[in-house]
Amino acid sequence: MSPDLDYIAWFGIDWPVEVEWALVKTGQILAIMILLLISLAFLLLFDRKVWAAVQLRKGPNVVGPFGLLQSFADFFKFVFKEIVIPAGANKTVFILAPLITFVLAFVAWAAVPWGPGIVIADLNVGILYLFAISSLGVYGIIMGGWASNSKYPFLGGLRSAAQMVSYEVSIGFIIITVLLLVGSLNLTDIVDAQREGIWMWHGFRLFNVQEFPSNLLVGAIMLAMLVMFFVSALAETNRPPFDLPEAESELVAGYQVEYSSTPYLLFMIGEYLNIVLMCAMTTILFLGGWHLPWGPVDHPALGMLVFYVKLWIMFFMFAMVKAIVPRYRYDQLMRLGWKIFLPTSLVAVAAIAYYVTFMQPAAAITAGG
Amino acid sequence: MGLDLTDYLPIVIFFAIALVMGAGFLIAAWVVAPKSPDKEKVSAYECGFNAFDDARMKFDVRFYLVSILFIIFDLEVAFLFPWAITLTDMPTETAQFAFWSMMAFLGVLTVGFIYEWKKGALEWE
Repeated sequence: MSPDLDYIAWFGIDWPVEVEWALVKTGQILAIMILLLISLAFLLLFDRKVWAAVQLRKGPNVVGPFGLLQSFADFFKFVFKEIVIPAGANKTVFILAPLITFVLAFVAWAAVPWGPGIVIADLNVGILYLFAISSLGVYGIIMGGWASNSKYPFLGGLRSAAQMVSYEVSIGFIIITVLLLVGSLNLTDIVDAQREGIWMWHGFRLFNVQEFPSNLLVGAIMLAMLVMFFVSALAETNRPPFDLPEAESELVAGYQVEYSSTPYLLFMIGEYLNIVLMCAMTTILFLGGWHLPWGPVDHPALGMLVFYVKLWIMFFMFAMVKAIVPRYRYDQLMRLGWKIFLPTSLVAVAAIAYYVTFMQPAAAITAGG
Repeated sequence: MGLDLTDYLPIVIFFAIALVMGAGFLIAAWVVAPKSPDKEKVSAYECGFNAFDDARMKFDVRFYLVSILFIIFDLEVAFLFPWAITLTDMPTETAQFAFWSMMAFLGVLTVGFIYEWKKGALEWE
């Protein structure tokens, strides 16, 4: 915005254009937040329904048709419950922790492109921003665990912090492999590098037969990266089979034990928003964002629909894993993160860098931006 | 090309709106919900008995070790970001030099990683 002299007339008063810009942005942000919250209500129900179906139960089916309004009923239940703050807790930090989790989980969505041109802030360092914000998420959890001044939350918070921090490293390396292929940090550029079709999606480069035989190397590595990103995302969001911070047989509910009412609700919304964010990141990095498997999409509304459907498919994967995979032990979790994922992703970075430097056909280089 | 910060302004607005919404949820429950704390309700949760001692006890040093390792490797990732996006933009000769430089850097870190592994810093029992 330059300090120009453009004004816009509303209600007989001349407003600077900046006011209009701010109002439009605020409207867009509110639209995205409401879309996310309503999606979340149904994703929560979907999660429970999938879980129930795998166990041959019906799941929630009382509130509304097929239990569709269950999450809204839960919301009101939360609001009408008493906020219990333990006597020994640090009250400020105790209240601040869920708020931080909630706010950070939302703010990350500012940089996520939903479709061609549909993004709140089209940052040229988009992926770095997402990486940074999701790193900050650990603060909410460790603050909540520490401030409760109770043993279960304390241990849960510690475990959670160590776990999230461990898998963040391999997530970082996996992101680097994608960046090497794209050459840009901008999320829209990352998606558009995959616009041709499923054979250009980073997760499925094996199908890129035009580049035979180098597609076998790149394809195999990138498919492994997709799987590792998905598993790391499960660990990063404390989802089963890596839900050790809240392993109910050991730690009751981990860092959330002392929370009730809306503080707990904020934690839960934050947690599920992070899961959906991980779904979005998988979609953007590996599954072609808003593009269809057989060709590019340039219509904003259609692109948004495709992206949204992909989010739900990824969330279905998360829900299925929760339903069918038994929980890891903590030492197994740490071993997987540090001794398997970290070396593997490090080697993958070297291999993809080698491919980009020495083997990539000159015409295929897609410089971003 | 100067640093244009207006790209980041929507994030500030987003932050403010999310903060207001989160605080709104907290205040809503504060206003609407009953408030009747008693001694048992506000005591720390344990399995059916009163807490023996303070919860802020000593904990395993491995958690520190993990965070130290994390700092090293996360910094390494931060170094890789600019390298990764410029590698495709360089002329071939420069790109090859950049590739081998980074491999040397990663090699040094891998030696450190092997040392940690052999020393047992990655073991949990």
